[in-house]
Amino acid sequence: MSKDYNTLRHVVRLPHSYAAGPVWTRFYEGLKEEKIYGARCDKCSRIYVPARSFCPNCHENLDEWVEVSQEGEVVSWAYSSDREFFGMQVKPPFIIALIKLDNTDSNFLHFVGGVDFDKSAIEAGQRVRAVWNDEKKGHMMDIKYFEPIG
Amino acid sequence: MGRPVAIIGVGQTKHGRRFDVSYPELVKEAVDAVFEITGIDPGDIDGVVSGTMPSMMEGVALTHFYFADVLRSVGKPIMKTETCGSTGASLAITGYYWVASGMADLVLVVGSEKMNEGDSQATMTTVLEPFYQRYFIAGAPGIFSMQSQEWSVRFGIPEEKIRAAATKLTIDHHKDAFDNPYAHIKKELTEDEVNNARIITYPVRLWDVCPNSDGACAVIFASEDKVRQMDRKPAWIKGVGYSGEEYWFGDSDKVVWQSAIQASREAYKMAGITNPIEQLDVAEVYNPFTFQELLFYECFGFCDFGKACDETLKGTFARDGKLACDPSGGTLCTNPIGATGLIRVSEAALQVTGQAGDHQIPGAKLALAHAMGGVDQYNAVLILGSEL
Repeated sequence: MSKDYNTLRHVVRLPHSYAAGPVWTRFYEGLKEEKIYGARCDKCSRIYVPARSFCPNCHENLDEWVEVSQEGEVVSWAYSSDREFFGMQVKPPFIIALIKLDNTDSNFLHFVGGVDFDKSAIEAGQRVRAVWNDEKKGHMMDIKYFEPIG
Repeated sequence: MGRPVAIIGVGQTKHGRRFDVSYPELVKEAVDAVFEITGIDPGDIDGVVSGTMPSMMEGVALTHFYFADVLRSVGKPIMKTETCGSTGASLAITGYYWVASGMADLVLVVGSEKMNEGDSQATMTTVLEPFYQRYFIAGAPGIFSMQSQEWSVRFGIPEEKIRAAATKLTIDHHKDAFDNPYAHIKKELTEDEVNNARIITYPVRLWDVCPNSDGACAVIFASEDKVRQMDRKPAWIKGVGYSGEEYWFGDSDKVVWQSAIQASREAYKMAGITNPIEQLDVAEVYNPFTFQELLFYECFGFCDFGKACDETLKGTFARDGKLACDPSGGTLCTNPIGATGLIRVSEAALQVTGQAGDHQIPGAKLALAHAMGGVDQYNAVLILGSEL
């Protein structure tokens, strides 16, 4: 027979104030105006979304910000039905997706919504468009989700 | 190229839900085991490497200091290595470097985890920054599901075929685990049970996913001089390779997966492997998800891209197949994450020294060990051999 031993319950909660810096700040200000910004590299011509300060391939500074399309194509997706866990900012069920916004060169990670949460709700290649929250808080969830079009 | 290095002994705990011991007591089990098995005097160890998942999963920061006494590290150099899921493989590489450099002759390397004490999936979310990606990471399964979906679309693999191959893998591994005395989950599964199990993140179902395990693994790395002084079979480190990727998940290709391909090719080159499926006898592939195991077979060149399901269904990677993969049951059956990569290395060492017991692949001489870390951001591969 195995003996049960005690456990000690202790919660560690440490609030952080993460400095957004100039790039996230500018990107979030764009979201408040319902604009999604990317940054274009002069050297390799790639457009990265979200915008960033330097090209991860060429390490050139990216000074050229461009407003990118709010429509694109689902590259991949996952339907999460599973349990909610501590710290989750959006509660399941939801569909996360990699979305290639038109004329950009990196995949944008966000939710797909406006569909029944079902395993066959969506397929790779599905065209989607950004849907905005009415109230803007200047963060990533100002985009409510991307909904299927066409 | 540094000096030759060998693994001279491995110790594991019984992995599972280990509320019967405190965290340091759990680590002590693995450390005591490796000293008992090798007969090495802890005083002869030159340095200690310890690693776990991020502190948020441990509940204690600086675990290597917390474990200082059970690691027998007092008065010795100690360092921590941490690369998320690949921590154990990175630990092994750290120990290897220390001995290969000539700065140490005997190094104790220990990986550990007590996943059941904390909230593993909540911790996984904190691996990502809060500005962008943290919103979208539903623990590990969401990311791995997206990766496998992209893989199936890229190579036009029918969903039913992936399901069939994944089902075979999980049935085989959970059965193999019965022959591994340290494995956590051992179960006779039926196809119906697997195919109709609860969906975690579509298309990944319950039996496609590894468990939360508590466990520790301790390994001693030795220089050639030390090996020659001991009457023990060494497992020589023949090759190491590891590679990382961009931080932002959407920036890199996770199907034709650069870090996994490059890590394996670097390790192959160092070990003189040109045809892995012919030359390797056994592979301990990091398989927290069945679907990802299939993709790794392709990235490591065990078969062409898009062909892993066919080869798996033919039995190529089964225990009696051409290249036995995860005869221990793998990560799918046992996942104390900070130890997991080191368990892969340990299993490879046991195989090439003929000490794997009931799950020994007969005559195994050359083995691959692998682990993956971060949000699909990092891969590490080691090749171990029975001959220098």
